[in-house]
Amino acid sequence: MKHPRTLLFVCFMLLAVPAHAGKINVAAAADLKFAMEEIAAAFKSVNPGEVVDVIYGSSGKFQTQIRQGAPYDLYFSADIGFPRELAKQGFASSEVKPYALGRIVLWSASLDAAKMTMASLDDPKISRIAIANPKHAPYGKRAEEALRASGLWEKLEPKLVYGENIAHAAQFVQTGNAQLGIIALSLAVNPELAGRGGYWLIPDALHEPLEQGYIITKRAAGNPLAKRFADYMGSKPARAVMVKYGFVLPGENAGN
Amino acid sequence: MLLSGSDMQAIWLTVKLASIVTVILLLVGTPIAWWLVRTGSWWKGPVGAVVALPLILPPSVLGFYMLLAMGPAGPLGHLARALGVVPLPFTFWGLVLASVFYSLPFMVQPLQNAFEAIGDRPLEVAATLGASPLDAFFSVVLPLARPGFLTAGIMTFAHTVGEFGVVLMIGGNLPGVTRVVSVQIYDHVEALEYGQAHRLAAVMLIFAFLVLLALHAWRPDAKKG
Repeated sequence: MKHPRTLLFVCFMLLAVPAHAGKINVAAAADLKFAMEEIAAAFKSVNPGEVVDVIYGSSGKFQTQIRQGAPYDLYFSADIGFPRELAKQGFASSEVKPYALGRIVLWSASLDAAKMTMASLDDPKISRIAIANPKHAPYGKRAEEALRASGLWEKLEPKLVYGENIAHAAQFVQTGNAQLGIIALSLAVNPELAGRGGYWLIPDALHEPLEQGYIITKRAAGNPLAKRFADYMGSKPARAVMVKYGFVLPGENAGN
Repeated sequence: MLLSGSDMQAIWLTVKLASIVTVILLLVGTPIAWWLVRTGSWWKGPVGAVVALPLILPPSVLGFYMLLAMGPAGPLGHLARALGVVPLPFTFWGLVLASVFYSLPFMVQPLQNAFEAIGDRPLEVAATLGASPLDAFFSVVLPLARPGFLTAGIMTFAHTVGEFGVVLMIGGNLPGVTRVVSVQIYDHVEALEYGQAHRLAAVMLIFAFLVLLALHAWRPDAKKG
């Protein structure tokens, strides 16, 4: 090695962690993509120096990973059933707390979905409809329920394509590969998506509630930062962000 | 029955996909490999590099580009519409197209090695005996390169079976259409169906082991050792 000292220095830099700051990993359901980004940024601005890393993915996968010892300190699931199960099995250090109710919408990048209803889905011009995989994604399950309740499931099933999670389903629609999708309201109201055709809120009477819940994991039992972040979720600024992204908060009425 | 109906469907689909991709790549990859060996053109380097790209590129890069390219606004989407072909994303033939790109180096590189090993001499002899270049290719090169074709075919087939990232990104997870074995296993794990995941994963493990064993047995220099 020509520059052993340089190498040593690089290794040292890689190992160096800011000594003063705490660090948490937050596993968040894909529907929180935009909302959690804002909340984490706001949290960091009032807690300078603290590190909050958010990982987005499907709720079901996170549950498996946490059971296998994944280094997540908080777990925000789109389906409160997953963290409940983890808590029952001793993987939580907090109680399971509901943090929001999710809603699903019809959304399209090329058609004006704002003028649609469930009945508009039955249209020969729409050849592909994207939903999250109902087998393991909470939003996919609710999409299936809404389609079944509207009597459209049998007819539209051949047109359905399945995203790995709700953000993946939205991506199929955004790229135009599917003309329409049933996605999370929290994604549809984001400017990036809202700029591309409107959305139509699917009546929540058509599906089971999308009750979302979080836990602090067992691993973070002694981590004060994890506790502080959880508390921050209930704070006014965080709640305002959640409302902005179309979530209905516990203890508040739905907008429609 | 150890495997469910949908597992069997996924296996059959995977075998179908890998077989079709292997046949297409035999037809497409052979002339590319031959050209790469024989040419003195300046293009040899860039073309060789493009062929080898999938070896280095993460499947997410290829999947991302394919998703955009195949969409209604993408070049492949335009082409497919102009030709009156069915839309490519979320279809079996879309998967075939993506897999052809993805597995290209696994066909071309073993063939290239095999062609290179033959050298100029047999071709010169064939020419002096009055064989046309095409004739020489079919009656001299192909038989001599047989082990190379075998290796290339097995590698291509196996690599297509092992595909996951690209399929997940452009497939849409449709049973019998784009839900191949690797995606089916992923779905089982996501849905916490570990028993089913185990059984299907074991099938893949045995398959992969047998492929590597076969490659070892068929390698021309294996007998020497």
